Amino acid sequence: MTDYRGQHPAWCPGCGNYSILKAFKDAMIRLNMEPHQLVIVSGIGQAGKFPHYVRCNTFNGLHGRTLPVATGIRLANHEMPVMAFAGDGDCYGEGGNHLIHAIRRNINVKLFVHDNQIYGLTKGQASPTSMEGIKTKNQPFGVFSEQLNPMALAVALDCSFVARGFAGETEHLTWLIEEAVKHKGFSLLDILQPCVTFNKVNTYEWYKQRVYHIELEYNPEDRTSAFNKALEWGERIPVGIIYQNHRMILEERIPIIRKAPLVRQSVDLLKLEDTLREFI
Amino acid sequence: MDYSIKIGGEAGQGIQTIGDTLAKVFARSGYHVFTHQDYESRIRGGHNFYQIRLSENHITASKERIDIIVALDRESIVQHEKELTERGLIIYDSSVLRQNYREPHFMEVPFENIAVKSGGKIMANIVAVGAVLGMLGIDLTILHEIIKDAFNKKGEEVVMGNINASKAGHDYALTNCQRCSFSARNVHKTPLLPLMLISGNEALGLGAISAGLKFYSAYPMTPSTGIMNYIADKEAEYGIIVEQAEDEIAAINMALGASFAGVRAMTGTSGGGFALMVEGLSLAGMTETPVVIALAQRPGPATGFPTRTEQADLQFALYTAHGEFPRIVFAPGTPEQAFFLANKAFDLAEKYQIPVIIMTDQYLADSQWTLERIDLNSIRYTDYRLRGEGFKNLAAYKRHAFTQSGVTPLGIPGDAKHLVVTDSDEHNEEGHIVEDAATRINMLDKRLFKKLPLIKQEIDPPVLYGNNNPEIVLVGWGSTYGVLKEVVDMFPAKRAAMLHFSEICPFPTTDKFDYIKMLDNASLAVCIENNATGQLARLIRAETGFEFKHKINKFDGRPFMVSNLLGDLTACIDRL
Ligand SMILES: Cc1ncc(C[n+]2csc(CCOP(=O)(O)OP(=O)(O)O)c2C)c(N)n1
Ligand SMILES: [Mg+2]
Repeated sequence: MTDYRGQHPAWCPGCGNYSILKAFKDAMIRLNMEPHQLVIVSGIGQAGKFPHYVRCNTFNGLHGRTLPVATGIRLANHEMPVMAFAGDGDCYGEGGNHLIHAIRRNINVKLFVHDNQIYGLTKGQASPTSMEGIKTKNQPFGVFSEQLNPMALAVALDCSFVARGFAGETEHLTWLIEEAVKHKGFSLLDILQPCVTFNKVNTYEWYKQRVYHIELEYNPEDRTSAFNKALEWGERIPVGIIYQNHRMILEERIPIIRKAPLVRQSVDLLKLEDTLREFI
Repeated sequence: MDYSIKIGGEAGQGIQTIGDTLAKVFARSGYHVFTHQDYESRIRGGHNFYQIRLSENHITASKERIDIIVALDRESIVQHEKELTERGLIIYDSSVLRQNYREPHFMEVPFENIAVKSGGKIMANIVAVGAVLGMLGIDLTILHEIIKDAFNKKGEEVVMGNINASKAGHDYALTNCQRCSFSARNVHKTPLLPLMLISGNEALGLGAISAGLKFYSAYPMTPSTGIMNYIADKEAEYGIIVEQAEDEIAAINMALGASFAGVRAMTGTSGGGFALMVEGLSLAGMTETPVVIALAQRPGPATGFPTRTEQADLQFALYTAHGEFPRIVFAPGTPEQAFFLANKAFDLAEKYQIPVIIMTDQYLADSQWTLERIDLNSIRYTDYRLRGEGFKNLAAYKRHAFTQSGVTPLGIPGDAKHLVVTDSDEHNEEGHIVEDAATRINMLDKRLFKKLPLIKQEIDPPVLYGNNNPEIVLVGWGSTYGVLKEVVDMFPAKRAAMLHFSEICPFPTTDKFDYIKMLDNASLAVCIENNATGQLARLIRAETGFEFKHKINKFDGRPFMVSNLLGDLTACIDRL
């Protein structure tokens, strides 16, 4: 556990992010993964600070751009587990396009979204997952746009692993993180994370009244029922594995890295003479 | 001997096939070749042309006057008939153009009819190639080798069909071209040696490969796409991953991810896409992640002229991106420079852990030049990374540790127990987010002030061509190299010189070569640029205080041509 201890977090007391941090560390320990064996990519936001509070290889990049960086790392070294940590604003707003295409590529990256349904770092503007009608300083008449449903979006795109967790249930969340990491394929784990400072609607209480564990007999491999499950939001909010499939990952499709990761391949410049001859 | 050939027609008619094939025949025969293309942003229709110049001497630009026009559409005649030299000829197929031209400078060659007789209408283009070679008195041996190479996979029948079609076109020209006074026949005692024929985009791609490129991510955008095409073609052979990103923002961030993970990475685009990459450029600066960016310019603003040429993004490349960090900007002027500067770009990007931008434009990207050879002994390859055992054996490691040179060795994440941490926020030596002023100052000292003087020493001075003590100096950068060089050669009494900048940022010092003194001493110094405002002239003034009194700017989306530029310069001299 101490192996994973990083800087002292600068999050507000009571923030849902603390349980995500704990769940992550527990999951890594249970999975027997050492900090130097993985890379965390994060964006900008309260969620983006995550890797500084653990000890891992880290690329803390730009707001919205975690997935392209994570994709580049995986393509260069597909023996290295790569996990991305982002806020709801970061990866459903600013970086929405990348999410769609990372799912399509099925790059074996694990995406953990700290979904507090608000922009935390910039002090409380609406995010794509803010509920319609929520009032903020910048949305004085309430949010007009319909709330984004990341689970339904992911199932619609045939995302390889789609799950939702709740920061109020650390043990269950730990299990979900483990499952997401063990799954082979792009994994989206959306984590309901109460923002105690800026989101006065979606509080611990609010979530606790609604969140329920997906039934044991539920089959996450049936895409049609998964879509129905993904649409559930409001009075009852399912947490657990909503959907999974076993699509081939991008890394396995690229012939060049079948034998060894790109980063372990030597540079062969002897062929250049032959290549030059092709221009004659 | 110095001939120019223009193939004009609609998009989709096969101008490129005819042009590429002829250029290859000439180069393999040992002639010096220069080609350039002018096309519209459409897949079918419109009017495009492909221009080829061939000579026994070194040539580096296109000429205005044409000796043979292959007119595949009427527009070729409307637009280019006036460019014909006195002995020039236009060949055309009246059944395609639906018109007959009686004047003596026209020669009808029934491309389609001859093709049908040789095996199929589809071979009309090879008939045209045969006819042009016939007009020039070049025999078909080399063309037939090229046909075999190209069509062997499609079977004997296709090969023979094309060979027969070319022969028929050739024979037709020999029999019917009474006015043909061209002679490209080899009159040399020693046979000419075959030359390489390479485009700017190919040379840049190959230069990157010569530097150990392993990862290229990009979103297609003319005129940079040719780089991606070339590298993708070499993917399997050299073990390179080419990833087509969902947008340019993703493209540069993927390249940064791959570079962080330990491989040499590159992206390429044109102005609009580069605008989207700008935040990523700044990220490379902050995280000290090596990356090479090819910026192939086209006329802007916005979508501009998608398929044409301009040099209007110099100031953009120099100053864009928030914050202050070192960068290098190169602007090759020839395929050879494109090759070597791409090679150097990777070396310096990794040595100093900075972004390097290589600027080209449509003219250089698409034009082809002949070269005797590329000297592979001059390429550089040093792996500056901390890998495997070397990394493991370190007692401790901090990704952004303060060092004498400002450069901290780049460890490969996962190769050792040492963690590799970096951040787009200001960070401490470990790479973790901080807010304090002292670390900030030390980090700027490391990233910027310590590295910059070292980087400056890597920059070569501008190239001087012509008189060492010139009366007239033509100053340029990037793709105008070839045309400036030819214009210098045309000045009487060798009074002129070209001063060409291809390593632009950091701006070359005058330590090794005092080019400013040379400019001061000249009676005429003209800055010649393919843009409206004279961006290099402005840069030179900012960097050195030298102010150009004379500028020649062309911003119609077309490249400079030798005699037009000479005309403009003569006017400049007359006004002195
Ligand atoms: C390109 C860019 N635009 C805007 C910002 C400002 N910004 C930083 S974080 C953020 C939103 C944070 O919301 P979220 O991603 O949900 O993270 P949270 O703080 O809620 O964890 C914004 C708008 C930025 N850093 N970069
Ligand atoms: Mg948020």
